[in-house]
Amino acid sequence: MTTLPPPSPVKLGLVIDLDTCVGCQACVTACKAWNTGGTGAPLADLDPWGASPEGAFLNRVHTFERLPEDGGPPQIVHFPRSCLHCEDAPCVTVCPTGASWKRAADGIVLVDEDRCMGCGLCAWACPYGAREMDPVAGVMKKCTLCADRLDDPALEPADRIPACVRTCPTGARHFGDLGDPESPVSQLVAERGGRDLLPDLGTRPVNKYLPPRTRDRAPGAPALDPVATDARGFLGWLDRALSTLPRLG
Amino acid sequence: MHPAPSLILFSSLSGLGLGLLAWASLLRPEGGAALLAFGLGLALAAAGLGASVFHLRRPARARFAFSQWRSSWLSREAVLAPLALGTAALHGLLLALRGESPLALGLLAALLCALTVLSTAMIYATIRAVPRWHHWSVPAHFLALAAAGGALLAAPAPLAAALLIGAGVLVALHWHHGRTAFARAGQSAATATALEGRVRLFAPPHTGPNYVTREMAGQVGRARAGQLRLLALALGLLLPLALLWLSPPLAALSHLAGVLCARWLFFAEAEHVVSLYYGRP
Ligand code: SF4
Ligand code: SF4
Ligand code: SF4
Repeated sequence: MTTLPPPSPVKLGLVIDLDTCVGCQACVTACKAWNTGGTGAPLADLDPWGASPEGAFLNRVHTFERLPEDGGPPQIVHFPRSCLHCEDAPCVTVCPTGASWKRAADGIVLVDEDRCMGCGLCAWACPYGAREMDPVAGVMKKCTLCADRLDDPALEPADRIPACVRTCPTGARHFGDLGDPESPVSQLVAERGGRDLLPDLGTRPVNKYLPPRTRDRAPGAPALDPVATDARGFLGWLDRALSTLPRLG
Repeated sequence: MHPAPSLILFSSLSGLGLGLLAWASLLRPEGGAALLAFGLGLALAAAGLGASVFHLRRPARARFAFSQWRSSWLSREAVLAPLALGTAALHGLLLALRGESPLALGLLAALLCALTVLSTAMIYATIRAVPRWHHWSVPAHFLALAAAGGALLAAPAPLAAALLIGAGVLVALHWHHGRTAFARAGQSAATATALEGRVRLFAPPHTGPNYVTREMAGQVGRARAGQLRLLALALGLLLPLALLWLSPPLAALSHLAGVLCARWLFFAEAEHVVSLYYGRP
């Protein structure tokens, strides 16, 4: 059913800390591994060992450069991008087959792989590029928030969280209920000023991004000017001796 | 957006076919003329619908596409298209065999044809992530092109000429809106990443292409946009206006070629906001 369910009190999602992420791609690899070996159809690749491999991923890490307006030091920001499990998910309402749906209990946006006809319209409707067509199965793939891990009794309790969150070596990915203002993730968002991506597009993402803290400014010394002009000792002698030679170029 | 031949052919052919069926339903030719007009209209629309199937990766599941008409314009189109074709076919058959058919049936057929074209256009116009498409000029020019193309084949020449000029104006308005649509929508690498300051892509997440970059962040098809615009105008509007009084079928053929050029541009020039994550507006 591709009409959206009434808003659920529980809103499961991710909070991604752009201050902490080091761009190591571990979450990309863990996500790919889990979703290739997991319960659904594998997350396929074309030409995986060849010259131009290509395939479907549910999470990708971009790297941006940020120049603060106040002339502060430039920053490199690693930016993981996956489905934001939007409350007003346009990808769901456009789907003609009913394959795309939003789970009423917790708001996770999912694709029924047995119903999808591979038209690709949902990927067009998503502003965030979160959906990729499986090149082999011909059905739409997207982040499932690891719904197949969350309540699997076969897994250790510590593993019943998304694979990308479990694997992140810097703790930059947090998983929880963003519908509950008291939950640790909601507290983190409140404390750090968590933000929506492309908020004007009306998708109301559940996932939030924590902005990077502003870096300290470098001390004021000009970087390439000599800092000592009264060179003494052997190096002083060498400097004076060299300065007497004619220059070439 | 990737200018997929299946979608360009689909929307151009089915637009022309549905336009022709709508005019034939309203103007009610009889006997052999009815057979010709309705037959051609059905063939064009069916060819277009056939082409659209090539866009699907799992065409066998297209049967599910009739189910979500409450929310999805693509599903509405899937429901409306066979209804429109069926009603027009019945109306045409009655006109061809008995020389008469209820007025209401003709009006209903024309309405269903128009709604089908509208639902095709709304698939694009409701996508906010593509600012060039998210605009009234999209349904307006889709409907106008279908009406003008159909009129070339089925309506009196002066009416067809007026509709052609009207469609030309709406296409030009759509192009005009499109030139600045992305900038006016106000999305940038900064809003896409929720970072403050000047933001630019430093390193992409992968070195090769992927589904998203091929389908939504491609720029290849835009290389000859200026030339294609000229061709669309010349073949779609000016030549048909000149040919209209000499040979309506030739005028319609030229018009179709112009519409194909315009449709190519409709896709190739449309910028998706996801390109901001790949450093290409
Ligand atoms: S991020 Fe994209 S795929 Fe995920 S819910 Fe939002 S619109 Fe849909
Ligand atoms: S690709 Fe599949 S999930 Fe997406 S809109 Fe089409 S049928 Fe629905
Ligand atoms: S929650 Fe699961 S499916 Fe989603 S990005 Fe993380 S690992 Fe991938």
